[in-house]
Amino acid sequence: MRHRTFLAFILPSALAMLLFIALPIVSVAVQSLYVEPPKVLVTVQSCTPFACTDDVQVDERATAELRKKHPLGGFNGLGTYTDRAHLAFGEIAGILGQNTGFADTLGRIYNLPFYRALAFTLAYTFIVTPLAIMLGFSIALAVNAVPRAIKGPVIFVSLLPMIITPLIGSLMVYWMINSEGIIGATLQWLFDDPNLYLKASPTLTWIVIFLYGVWTNGPFSFIVFYAGLQTMPLDTLESAMIDGASRWERIRFVVIPHMSPLVTFVALVQLMDNFRVFEPIVGFNSQASATSLSYFIFSDLNGQFSQLFGSAAATSMLTIAGVVILLIPVLIRTWREFNRKAA
Amino acid sequence: MKEERVPVAFRRPLPLAVACNAFVILWLLVAAFPFLWTVWGSFKVEGDFFSRRSFWDAVFGIKTIVQTGHPFTLDGYRGAWVVNALWRPVINTAIVTTCVTVISLTFGTLGGYALARSGHRYALWLLIAALVFRAMPHITLVSGYLLPFFELNLWGILPTAIIVLVAINQPFTLWMLHSFFLGIPKDLDESAMIDGCSRLRAFQLVVIPVMWPGVVTTGLFSFLLAYNDFAVTSMLLSQDNQTMVPRIASFLGSIEQTGKVMYAVAAVVSATVPLFILVMFFQRQIVSGLTAGAVKG
Repeated sequence: MRHRTFLAFILPSALAMLLFIALPIVSVAVQSLYVEPPKVLVTVQSCTPFACTDDVQVDERATAELRKKHPLGGFNGLGTYTDRAHLAFGEIAGILGQNTGFADTLGRIYNLPFYRALAFTLAYTFIVTPLAIMLGFSIALAVNAVPRAIKGPVIFVSLLPMIITPLIGSLMVYWMINSEGIIGATLQWLFDDPNLYLKASPTLTWIVIFLYGVWTNGPFSFIVFYAGLQTMPLDTLESAMIDGASRWERIRFVVIPHMSPLVTFVALVQLMDNFRVFEPIVGFNSQASATSLSYFIFSDLNGQFSQLFGSAAATSMLTIAGVVILLIPVLIRTWREFNRKAA
Repeated sequence: MKEERVPVAFRRPLPLAVACNAFVILWLLVAAFPFLWTVWGSFKVEGDFFSRRSFWDAVFGIKTIVQTGHPFTLDGYRGAWVVNALWRPVINTAIVTTCVTVISLTFGTLGGYALARSGHRYALWLLIAALVFRAMPHITLVSGYLLPFFELNLWGILPTAIIVLVAINQPFTLWMLHSFFLGIPKDLDESAMIDGCSRLRAFQLVVIPVMWPGVVTTGLFSFLLAYNDFAVTSMLLSQDNQTMVPRIASFLGSIEQTGKVMYAVAAVVSATVPLFILVMFFQRQIVSGLTAGAVKG
């Protein structure tokens, strides 16, 4: 294809991506170096018949005007990255300086807002992904064994947790797990503990969100693995049988190796998707005990009184750095594949 | 006999077959129960669906009978659709999803076709860039949009959200249609070009008639992305232009105090219906779309 024709065909798509994905990343990078102008404070004297007091108030009009003049705010360099709400170098140095035992040190670092979000995001990504893959693989093996007639309905039902709007899915589960919902109330009754409640325990919140993640991620691996099972080389399986391999050995040495490229594919896709976990935090209303990097950005942007663009941008840049690190293996793989095809 | 057709390697002893079936049934319950329960509960009053006593209240609708005289009530739906005017966000959602799907597919087919037919190095670089863009968390992009959109006065309107969703959707659409077009033999359009067609004309006459299966599959995923989105639509649309999902989210804050949770439950069920229908009619395409990426690598 000639360069000109290629350009003409790709232009709308490339332009859309350039304007609304590449430029925003630049915009985030720039914004992260700035910080909102401080509020304009005025001292107001208010007098009662007995005494006069000086009150410091925010001059809303002057603040708005200042914001309008400098929408980006003042230049802050890397200050936002290192402040208490983000990488918190100062605080970390302080915590590491006074050695108070390993667990306590970890606990204190976890109390810093950015590290809290990071810890949950990483835990979610690396716990939910393998569990969902295992669930999907088991379902695929089991479904492969059921009568043909019910496979269609099984796949239909299995698709539901995956295609459901994440916010809506998490709300449904949240209502059930609520202390007055079917699961929550039944658990309280089973353990005879009226204080057993999602909100009461951060650990419980984490577990519930992880389970929700497995529920909604499992079907994707199931569908992919099930398709993979349909292309299973029967000869290999049968010769393994003749060689005396047990059922488990056949799965371990024939089925799993056949599926391993699919496992890599599913794992990479789901790692990327799980790293941006966001809606469950909103749906489960769990920001107090479990919050993710995406939610951290969202709450900065969604501030009731002022939107912290600088802070949101700095978190975004750090998140993007995380995504790129996760992506490196995928990129290498794509690169090799393309070269192999071209060769 | 039916048993004869099952390959030897797939034959299972009875206990294993039973275990497999039991596991499948268990999974079906886990997968479907939240939906069934929420749909059932949406026809009850709050005292039943969120019962302090026992979930049997919700099953039999005890308080619902006391309050409305009938075990099923449409109060939740009335509250969501009539009192809270849910039809307005529904119309917005319809506009956004239709536009996003149509525009994404138009851009995507042209781009995907070009990528599939170009053997040049830069096609690879574009695909890799698309892969990186695909992985960007949407909310990080949103934090890049907000300030410029405020400045340019583009914030809050539907076209902005549409074009942003189209762009966010492009990487996936490009990859999917690229691999689909790779499967259409090159000879097809090249022979048309030898017969004197321009590239565009060949695309029109020869490729478009055979591309619909791939386009439908990709379109389903574009639709799902636009429909399911929360990050972009909740941040970029003003109150009046809100689509359904952010509307439901903002519902929650305002409703929970006033004891109108059932409105939200009814709204959630209403928003699930189109997805249900979609899977019912397009199950085969969704499955083939999910596996396409995996098989092609």
